[in-house]
Amino acid sequence: MLQFLFRRLIVALLVAATVMTLAFILTRLSGDLAISIAGPNATAADIEAVRKAYGLDRPVLSQFFDWVGRAATGDLGNSYFFQTRVSTLIAERMPVTLTLGLTGLSIALLVSLPMGILAAVRENTGFDRAVQMIALIGQAMPSFWLGLLLMILFGLTLGWLPISGTGSWEHFVMPGIVLAFSAIPALTRLTRAGMIQAMGSDYIRTARAKGLSRASILLKHALRNAAIPVVAIAAVQLGFMLGGSIVIEQVFALHGVGFLAWESIAKNDFPVVQAVVLVLAVIYVALTMVSDLMNAVLDPRLRA
Amino acid sequence: MSTLLDVERLEVGFAGTSAVRGASLTVERGETHCLVGESGCGKSVTSLAIMNLLARGGHRTAQRLTFQGEDLLKLDDRGMARLRGNAMAMIFQEPMTSLNPAYTIGSQMTEVMRRHKKVSQRVATDRAADLLGRVGITAPGLRLGQFPHQLSGGLRQRVMIAMALMCEPQLLIADEPTTALDVTVQAQILRLLAQLQRDLGLGMLLITHDLGIVARIAHRVSVMYAGEVVESAATAQLFADPKHPYTQGLLRCVPVPGKQRQDEPLGSIPGTVPRIGPGFQGCGFRDRCSFADASCAHTVPHQTAAPGHDYLCRLAP
Repeated sequence: MLQFLFRRLIVALLVAATVMTLAFILTRLSGDLAISIAGPNATAADIEAVRKAYGLDRPVLSQFFDWVGRAATGDLGNSYFFQTRVSTLIAERMPVTLTLGLTGLSIALLVSLPMGILAAVRENTGFDRAVQMIALIGQAMPSFWLGLLLMILFGLTLGWLPISGTGSWEHFVMPGIVLAFSAIPALTRLTRAGMIQAMGSDYIRTARAKGLSRASILLKHALRNAAIPVVAIAAVQLGFMLGGSIVIEQVFALHGVGFLAWESIAKNDFPVVQAVVLVLAVIYVALTMVSDLMNAVLDPRLRA
Repeated sequence: MSTLLDVERLEVGFAGTSAVRGASLTVERGETHCLVGESGCGKSVTSLAIMNLLARGGHRTAQRLTFQGEDLLKLDDRGMARLRGNAMAMIFQEPMTSLNPAYTIGSQMTEVMRRHKKVSQRVATDRAADLLGRVGITAPGLRLGQFPHQLSGGLRQRVMIAMALMCEPQLLIADEPTTALDVTVQAQILRLLAQLQRDLGLGMLLITHDLGIVARIAHRVSVMYAGEVVESAATAQLFADPKHPYTQGLLRCVPVPGKQRQDEPLGSIPGTVPRIGPGFQGCGFRDRCSFADASCAHTVPHQTAAPGHDYLCRLAP
């Protein structure tokens, strides 16, 4: 188990290093940063001044190692636009994104688990086919479009929910639903497939031969085994949601990390862009590790 | 002795095929009744139909199906669940996959008793440890905390047996409990089953294709062929005086040390089991039988050779 953790940690570090390199290269590829920071009306002298002030005149490699070295000690640099530390900026925005991601995942699980279980129990009935159809539609629907549709219905026509901002829990309902919609198809299918496999297994026949209640057979014996892949994917989906909420934070004007990333890209605030990419990548890697650990908790065979 | 399980004219169908066609058998209290036959003859389906554990798509009917006088055909799912694991328990052919990999041995053993007997976890755990010792597992306390993957096949089958005994059942149905095990382990498990049956006065329905097992532990034998019980008799009677041509063929396939000459070939039954759909008439064995005539395609008489020795064939006793 320790060896397993150690190996995972090394892989995680490698991923982080790769992401840092890519983020650095990609931000430099977007054009001369000094020109975009100085603005459209800047003179050549202004641009040179900016170049010097931000250290952009130094060799690219030395800029890179400087950034990596400081990031390793937790210093992500200063934002060019907000005039504050990048770490403070991200720390301020993270709660919104985390709330949104966790809301999305909770809604997704609350919908997919029962739907998947019911579809498996009623395999090949109308209900099962309807569930599969919904999953297909969910997979095909762009999230910004669904977000706009929900805003029109619940925000404007019915007036039940606020359409933008982060003032109360109600602000997170619609974006949470939209985010959940992207995860529901995969989670539902996995639950359904896992339950069908489990229900056909010998140990479920044993559980029935023991006269256990239907609830115990389904939820204790079958679901425990069917949940193993679902948990693994759910953790990874949360990573996608945290990183991929950029569109939804935009649509619903939620000032989270995704919104920050979008703002920073638009303003060429590249220390922030680099840092957001790095932080999200680290969270993603950490979540995959959490998913491995949860699998070991659920499946005793992995604990050996 | 009184009748524990009474099955009369049981029929089981799966979409377009008849797996069991009017099989009848009884298990007396405290008796080991062996159901023998080759693969696909409907032995396992018969046992699953008795427990109402047929896979989806399986449909059972019977003229009579009673357990301790209670009509199983009239019981709903809930009523049947009350009996299963309680008064009638079952063990299966595949010990490697029949236990849930996600739960400890102790948890799986105690849950059946907590469900049926409404006892405390403490009492159930004590009983589980006691039974593990009884089925020959050393260090029961340790085993209770282990997971199935930490146990060998033989140990898992012992756990299955102990788990089946948790609620002191009257009837134990064992569906080829030794088929998947090593030969040495097979003998141990059989000895264990025979001993438990004697000690606890269990009625046991043992399903097997192994006539060696039958000879060693059965009180009574029913031979099944193509979904029918073609002959049923006390063990000694059946081995000494088989009436049905299929039973005779089966017995010729078993080598008997001393009786068999080295150069004499072992018997075999030509042909294979026919695929039988609904509406099949006559004797299922007729295509493979050297005594068959035209009448075998229509009706098959039910005959009695001696008290308690019945068979299904036109041949005279």
